[in-house]
Amino acid sequence: MASPFILDRTSVTQVMAWVLAALLPGIATYVWLFGPGILVTLSLATVTALAAEAAMLKARGYAVKPFLADLSAIVTAWLLALSLPSLAPWWLIVTGTLFAIVVAKHLYGGLGQNIFNPAMVGYAVLIVSFPVQMTHWAGPNELTSVHLTLAQSATVIFGGDVPRTTLDAVTMATPLDALRTGLLQQLTVDEVMTHPIFGHYGGVGFEWLAGAFLLGGLLLWALRIISWQVPLAFLAGIWLTAGFLNFFDAGRFGPPWFHLFAPSVMLGAFFIATDPVSGATTPRGKLVFGLGAGFLTMAIRTWGGFPDGVAFAILLMNLCVPLIDQYTQPRIYGGTDKEPRT
Amino acid sequence: MSRELFKFKGGVHPPEHKAESTSRPIHAAPLPKKLVIPLRQHIGNPAKPVVEVGERVLKGQMIAAADGYISTAVHASSSGTVVAIDLQAVPHISGLPDLCITIETDGRDEWVAHAPLDYQAMEPSQLRMQLRDLGLAGLGGAVFPSAVKLDPGASHVCSTLIINGGECEPWITCDDMLMRHHADEILQGVAIMRHLLGSTDILVGIEDNKPEALDSMRSAAAKLDFAVEVVKVPARYPGGGAKQMIETLTGKQVPSGKLSTDIGIQVFNVGTSYALARAIHHGEPLISRLVTVTGHVLRPQNFEVLIGTPMHTLITLAGDRDGTTGVLMGGPMMGVPVPNLDVPVIKATNCILVKSKELFPPLPKALPCIRCTRCADACPAELQPQELFRFAKAGDFGRAQEYHLFDCIECGCCSYVCPSHIPLVDFYRYAKGEIWAREKDKRAADLARERHEFRQFRQEREKKEKAEKLAAKAQAKRAELAAAPAAEGAAVSDADAKKALIAAALARAQAKKSDAAPKNVDQLTPEQLHQIEEIEARRTKIRELARKPLESEEKKP
Repeated sequence: MASPFILDRTSVTQVMAWVLAALLPGIATYVWLFGPGILVTLSLATVTALAAEAAMLKARGYAVKPFLADLSAIVTAWLLALSLPSLAPWWLIVTGTLFAIVVAKHLYGGLGQNIFNPAMVGYAVLIVSFPVQMTHWAGPNELTSVHLTLAQSATVIFGGDVPRTTLDAVTMATPLDALRTGLLQQLTVDEVMTHPIFGHYGGVGFEWLAGAFLLGGLLLWALRIISWQVPLAFLAGIWLTAGFLNFFDAGRFGPPWFHLFAPSVMLGAFFIATDPVSGATTPRGKLVFGLGAGFLTMAIRTWGGFPDGVAFAILLMNLCVPLIDQYTQPRIYGGTDKEPRT
Repeated sequence: MSRELFKFKGGVHPPEHKAESTSRPIHAAPLPKKLVIPLRQHIGNPAKPVVEVGERVLKGQMIAAADGYISTAVHASSSGTVVAIDLQAVPHISGLPDLCITIETDGRDEWVAHAPLDYQAMEPSQLRMQLRDLGLAGLGGAVFPSAVKLDPGASHVCSTLIINGGECEPWITCDDMLMRHHADEILQGVAIMRHLLGSTDILVGIEDNKPEALDSMRSAAAKLDFAVEVVKVPARYPGGGAKQMIETLTGKQVPSGKLSTDIGIQVFNVGTSYALARAIHHGEPLISRLVTVTGHVLRPQNFEVLIGTPMHTLITLAGDRDGTTGVLMGGPMMGVPVPNLDVPVIKATNCILVKSKELFPPLPKALPCIRCTRCADACPAELQPQELFRFAKAGDFGRAQEYHLFDCIECGCCSYVCPSHIPLVDFYRYAKGEIWAREKDKRAADLARERHEFRQFRQEREKKEKAEKLAAKAQAKRAELAAAPAAEGAAVSDADAKKALIAAALARAQAKKSDAAPKNVDQLTPEQLHQIEEIEARRTKIRELARKPLESEEKKP
């Protein structure tokens, strides 16, 4: 072993632990505004992810303990769980998590080797395969007549006997769903937004959740665990695209602040698009990656077949990473400004 | 100071551990019984021995002369007898032994005749030759022959002279102590450098964690009859690297693949400047230096050490302790592990760092790279270490080179910050080594191919020439015969012509036969001959085996 002989204190485990910690404000807000159902989803995803990770490590002949201790599987589990409807059935959660860990992570070579963000692969598989179950969103407490307890939420998730009326009373279309449906019914944006689900910037409750994710994201940036380029470019991509469309026809395209203050956008900008393994690495590349993901999110929301496009936008940009990195190599110390690339 | 400073990109701030070794004064290490003096202590050609085993040498006597332009002489650090010129363990990253001259000291420490040099009266080129013969080399770590660096070249001036007192590596304090106690002599050296380089802008860069050195250098600079600006620079590793110091002080970057002199800047370490002053004003060659002995020892401190002193004597002097887990030459970021403690102090030895489990816990096992680019943020060469790692690991050395592998200064910042604890610098050293080896192989192969092609061309040419000669001869013969008197009869002439033709054909056949002889059998090395013998032996064996029927065949009726 040669120099250097000393190390900084950081470790992968520490980085992952900070990411989990930064998700806590978001989770707390979630529980407060939408009920404790999300805790069941998070726990189930965590257990599934750890079991799948351990099994795959063993099958691939790796030491289980050090890799399990890196916490990366839990990060994937939490990010997927927070992207899923909080009252989604248990098998949906398990399927998505298994797909994320087994296929998207380990079949691509495990930690550091996956070209796609595992959580987003899991999400994409679920929304393509089970679109109906992916609409079981709990509405904000402020707007629902029935509030589920933790036990009741677990019963719903594990397919227990719950009266259909109760389920209908707690689930609700998300603001993005509502906007999409309204626009498809030839309503104008202003007409759609009279619906009680719409709040100040985003949806009632949803905007606070977005704010909590933003807060956690800023913490990660302050700790230099994530760089500023990806989140800023991602948010700018959304805001500019939405602003441009809204400027052209405010009746057909939602306002930029509404698109920005969706929880999926803040989660995507600060926690998912910043995944170093599947993201761009160069400073300029990170800007391109973020801008592209923001633009694609808006393109899918506006013209695509899904109400939200964060997952697909990030996966599509994951696909472009090698190209982006190659063409955005920075100037080196003492290098010329224009680097000839071969 | 009002000077505007610039910030170099990247860098890290590891714990400094400087205070440990600065609380005690500089001590002269005692004369050891045996001095082992390597001939390759500097960059360039190793020095050539000019003494023989059994010869008595005096302190300061040249025992090996510079060999070529980029080389420098080596001297006896004390008086005694040369007892061996052979391979000895040396402190080098390769861990391989190298040629050394071993001197058994006589305890008299008797100096060779030496006198100060009147450098201002000397021809610059002659002065540089003198410095080469006095064994001067950069003491900051690179040990580049100083005489070469003091040649301003075709431009005749090097406008900016930077004296590097950065000393950014943790634990090391020899430059700090030298500046505290020998500021005047350091600046005397600067005057000589200024004289040789024609510099007008002279800057001394000292990191802000050395306030005593800053004060001492400033008050010494105030006494000079020329301007020297002592500048406090922020402490950040590797701020004491020449390229980083240049950028901090001037805002300029040395173009990739070029030298700082190409942009009119030369950099010397403070220790080199001190050694230069000793050489000129006292006529003393480079036979000793300051060495920090620190880490897991009882009394960390700096010693004035004769080159060739075995390292264990210094560790004993500083008080060795139980639980030592290894010794480094240099600091923890770029230091080299020493193979054993008998290795000598050389011109490059700025620090002997004794490790223990507590001070240097074993590095944790590496995890896969997660492309977090902390390494890229820390890289002072502004490279993309994560990509270099990927290419080096995959053996894709061409791509690694394309991504500027050779601009890596191996400072270790990337490895230091890596959350996956990947020994990144090891991978870059490996990739560089492989590329060098391949280039060497390629050069050898190119040379062999060129030789082979020329040989073929020459043989072809000789054949053609021979054939032409023969044809001309036959033509001449035929003409002669045709011109002969008709009286001799047509039959005779015919027979003669036939004879001539047969002779020509025989000659041609002979020539062909000689061509058919195996090629590449002349000028073989003993190894190749040995290989051929082995192959022949194998073939004979195979032939014998082939003659014998197989057992299975024998059994058949």
